[in-house]
Amino acid sequence: MGPGANTGALKIELGRRYRFAASHRLHSARLSEAENHRLYGKCSNPYGHGHNYVLEIGVSGEVDPATGMIANLADLDGFVEREVLEPFDHRSLNEEVPAFRDKVPTTENLCVEIFQRLKSFSAAKLERVRVEETSNNSFEYAADDLTDATEVGAHSEGNTL
Amino acid sequence: MILLTRKIEFSASHRYDNPALSPEENRRVFGKCNNPHGHGHNYTLEVTVEGEPDPVTGMVLDLSELKKILEREVMQRMDHRHLNYEVPELAGLIPTCENVARVIWQLLEPKITQGRLHRVRLYESPDLFADCYRNGARKATA
Repeated sequence: MGPGANTGALKIELGRRYRFAASHRLHSARLSEAENHRLYGKCSNPYGHGHNYVLEIGVSGEVDPATGMIANLADLDGFVEREVLEPFDHRSLNEEVPAFRDKVPTTENLCVEIFQRLKSFSAAKLERVRVEETSNNSFEYAADDLTDATEVGAHSEGNTL
Repeated sequence: MILLTRKIEFSASHRYDNPALSPEENRRVFGKCNNPHGHGHNYTLEVTVEGEPDPVTGMVLDLSELKKILEREVMQRMDHRHLNYEVPELAGLIPTCENVARVIWQLLEPKITQGRLHRVRLYESPDLFADCYRNGARKATA
């Protein structure tokens, strides 16, 4: 079989990983102090804490025969840098990212926020966003999930750290 | 359905250069990947096979058989080779992650007769990889 055969039935997705460090505090204004403490534990400590986040994205599309690429990597990297890394890296998610003024910056909500910021990438289709909060906790949000892009109230950081 | 994944590593060199483009355009599009003498990577390949475990053996497919297929189809073709010059299946293609993953799919798919090839994931580095899978297939996540 030649290399070009049967490609219509196959899908190619490019995966790329990025890193940023940010602080957050899990605290909901809709809950009492006692409830916040019970639900979020030490993640609700008043001055917040931070993580080294790893962001993994998947984009799909036709592989351009001229370049062998779905999307030019420099373009993709520049877009992610501008839309996510620059506004998030070494920032407080609660204080410096407008979406989290009234939404708890759990990594579930962070996945959705990052998806919203990256879905307009014009050179390829954003398939999924996966965020590792620590090497033990990761969260994934896919294009198929877009219809229920609502705030996720629960979080799974809790006492598992 | 069970998904079974086998991982192998190989090292190879490559260069991105499209002869239809001028040297300046190649430089602009491919950056340092266009450097004239090429460069190399330690590739990691994850091959995922789907299927039901055989009631007698409890296996989707015999892993030693899969290892032999990967050795023959991938390692012998690509390990310690220059992908542009030494792999006929890549002739005329820019040997990007995307293209190499697809060629590996096309090499493996007909050889895997127990179970069915589900996904090929090829890492060029820990931060850059390509997945190849059947359109519409529910793919394995990380």
